[in-house]
Amino acid sequence: MVQVVAKTGNEAMAEAMRQINPDVVAAYPITPATEIVMIFSQFVADGLVNTQYVPVESEHSAMSATIAASAAGARAMTGTSSQGLALMYELLPIASALRLPIVMPEVNRALSGPINIHNDHSDTFAARDFGWIQIFSENSQEAYDNMLQAVRIAEHPKVKLPTMVTTDGFIISHCLEKIEVFEDDVVKNYVGKFPAYTNLLDLKNPVTLGALDLQNYYFEHRRQTAEAMKSAKEIILEVGKDFGKKFGREYGFFEEYKMDDAEMAIVCLGSIAGSAKSVVDEYREKGVKVGLMKIRVYRPFPAEEIASVLERMKAVAVVEKADGLAAKGGPLFDEIRSALYDKKKKPSVIDFIVGLGGREVTHKHLNEIFDELKDLAATGIVKELIQYKGVR
Amino acid sequence: MAQDLGWKELPEGDTLKAGTAAQFHTGDWRSKKPVKDEKTCINCLFCYIYCPDSAVKVQDGKMIGIDYNYCKGCGICESVCPVKPVKAIKMVSER
Amino acid sequence: MATIKELSLQEDRLTGGHRMCPGCGAPVIVRQVLMAVKEPVVIVSATGCLEVSTTIFPYSAWKVPFLHSAFENSAATMSGVEAAYTSLKKQGKIKDEIRFIAFGGDGGTYDIGFQSLSGAMERGHDMLYVCYDNQAYMNTSIQRSGATPRGASTTTEPAGKVKQGKVMTRKDLTECMVAHNIPYAAQSVCGDWRDLTKKVEKAMSIRGPKFINVLQPCQLGWGYPMDKTVELGKTAVDTCFWPLYEVENGKYTISYKPKDKKPLVDFLKPQSRFRHLFKPENAQLLSELQADVDKKWALLQKKAECFGA
Repeated sequence: MVQVVAKTGNEAMAEAMRQINPDVVAAYPITPATEIVMIFSQFVADGLVNTQYVPVESEHSAMSATIAASAAGARAMTGTSSQGLALMYELLPIASALRLPIVMPEVNRALSGPINIHNDHSDTFAARDFGWIQIFSENSQEAYDNMLQAVRIAEHPKVKLPTMVTTDGFIISHCLEKIEVFEDDVVKNYVGKFPAYTNLLDLKNPVTLGALDLQNYYFEHRRQTAEAMKSAKEIILEVGKDFGKKFGREYGFFEEYKMDDAEMAIVCLGSIAGSAKSVVDEYREKGVKVGLMKIRVYRPFPAEEIASVLERMKAVAVVEKADGLAAKGGPLFDEIRSALYDKKKKPSVIDFIVGLGGREVTHKHLNEIFDELKDLAATGIVKELIQYKGVR
Repeated sequence: MAQDLGWKELPEGDTLKAGTAAQFHTGDWRSKKPVKDEKTCINCLFCYIYCPDSAVKVQDGKMIGIDYNYCKGCGICESVCPVKPVKAIKMVSER
Repeated sequence: MATIKELSLQEDRLTGGHRMCPGCGAPVIVRQVLMAVKEPVVIVSATGCLEVSTTIFPYSAWKVPFLHSAFENSAATMSGVEAAYTSLKKQGKIKDEIRFIAFGGDGGTYDIGFQSLSGAMERGHDMLYVCYDNQAYMNTSIQRSGATPRGASTTTEPAGKVKQGKVMTRKDLTECMVAHNIPYAAQSVCGDWRDLTKKVEKAMSIRGPKFINVLQPCQLGWGYPMDKTVELGKTAVDTCFWPLYEVENGKYTISYKPKDKKPLVDFLKPQSRFRHLFKPENAQLLSELQADVDKKWALLQKKAECFGA
């Protein structure tokens, strides 16, 4: 039932796409997500999928065609990164407003400018308000698992929202890892048939999609999308649990690493969690009661759930690869602090902005962060609320 | 009609049934209305094919009247009417 | 080709009750295009006059399936619809024969949607793209576009004390589409129903990407009485400002050669957007505009001679 293979993040995501076998893929190459498109094109060329592949002339057209295909009753996918995602921004909220369950791999890469091809989370974070579910992956295995779950989540009748599954550019996208891949039939059964909630090609029930809403309807439609995002929380958990039952790896909103008796915590997303976990181990050996919370689901934001874990901490350090340029720390910091506001016991929360544009986050950086966290937990004194770590 | 439905009742996803604009009447936009002369009309159907508002009614190849629910009174029908010397469609004041 | 009576037998696929201006040419074009299609049809439209005025929630004037997503992407959007259709049909999930027509105004086609259109035409999707070309951004009150003719006054390139409206000559989009080597590209007009319906019929008989550029007089943006839309369309053709022609697999055919080519002023004079051109000091500009029309008409005839039947 399970095959163990060596796959990069991009290969793992392309493999998931082959097994999902979407009706339409419309995509445009962009570093570091290009390989997903290349590998998938080869699947098409070799007749391994039923997919109608549309090699569009831009990401804007990639998302336009994907939206249209989904609206036409097809299971439709695309994939992108950074500037490509930015070129799609206009269309992302249209996909969610039309309630189209598109699944899209997104390889996190720093937004220009200056132009840079390496990893941070500025691209995906900037797309947080568009009604897309956002799921982060720590490694190739998670990328593969998340892709499959994303189909179930997005297409659930209570959700019907587009979903992006992210990996970190180069760090995951190009890093070869050992992963477990399921048999094609297993995936086929797992994702099931595409439920075409919207079907432009249904000639017997002709519809108008994407009509103009004025003051009297826009609010109601937005309210519906807001509710769908709320409902998605329950479904994400349900799907994550079911995935665990079926395949042995359970997923939730976040992963707690040595959090049970922790007095302080690091909160992060994506690949950085790997190195941070090993630093947690080191500090644990030294008797420091530190744990780690790896956020998997950034949208919908599981504020309540995060807060009920973090309220037990004396101190929290948010470590994030993005800066909102808002003069008040990164986006994750903002949201974590806001989530804790209603709790009676609130830990001190500090922010570390790291790794922008692929800057390496070294062991030394993490040690410094952990030391500072330890001090904060002990003294309760915030020396500096927001810090840039690793910048000259 | 879905008008004024709350978010819980409204169909999801900015979806509309086709052709619902038929229930919206634009006749009150008119200041002049086209009137057809039954006797001189030659049923060329130019008024039908050039009407922007799908307001010229045709049955079995014959022009049978104007749908004043939709007609905005632009006067294209009169303008394209080829009947001479007096056109078979005249625009007359609504007042 | 179908007679007007035959065309009238099919139920209107665009209802009344839409909010286009009185005398607007765009719904005339849409109605005539849809009359000429016998098969089931699915429509995509770019954001613009046509789209906003025909789909004000909860009222849609489209009786056939219709999709709008954004301004610059109607061709890419149709690519996705057509790809879904092709995929589902291959898999046996759809049986119907469906035709695909995308509409865009000149802003959504010549300008912001040009890349999307070019890509879709190059990829060879089976669709007809119809540009309703009213030569400016009319929906947002008459801003200049790449389709605005030289000398026309628009709100973003108005005539003033030192400038006489648009400085540059308009983009020749039909020829751009010819250069894409698509099986069918044509120019038609709101004002010749026979020409337009015939071209749509022909386009529907061809598989692959098709493009028809339809000149659409706009009473608001061009500034003329609202009952003169059809007449002005005819004048555009009779002056050779807007020749009717088609290019089928590279073969040029002029659809209509006026017996007496009218002077360009016959087209310009009734429109307030050209009013300033009739000041004595603009006589030179006016003659340059006429020369430009003559040159292009001569070139088109040459093309029809060289690459004709």
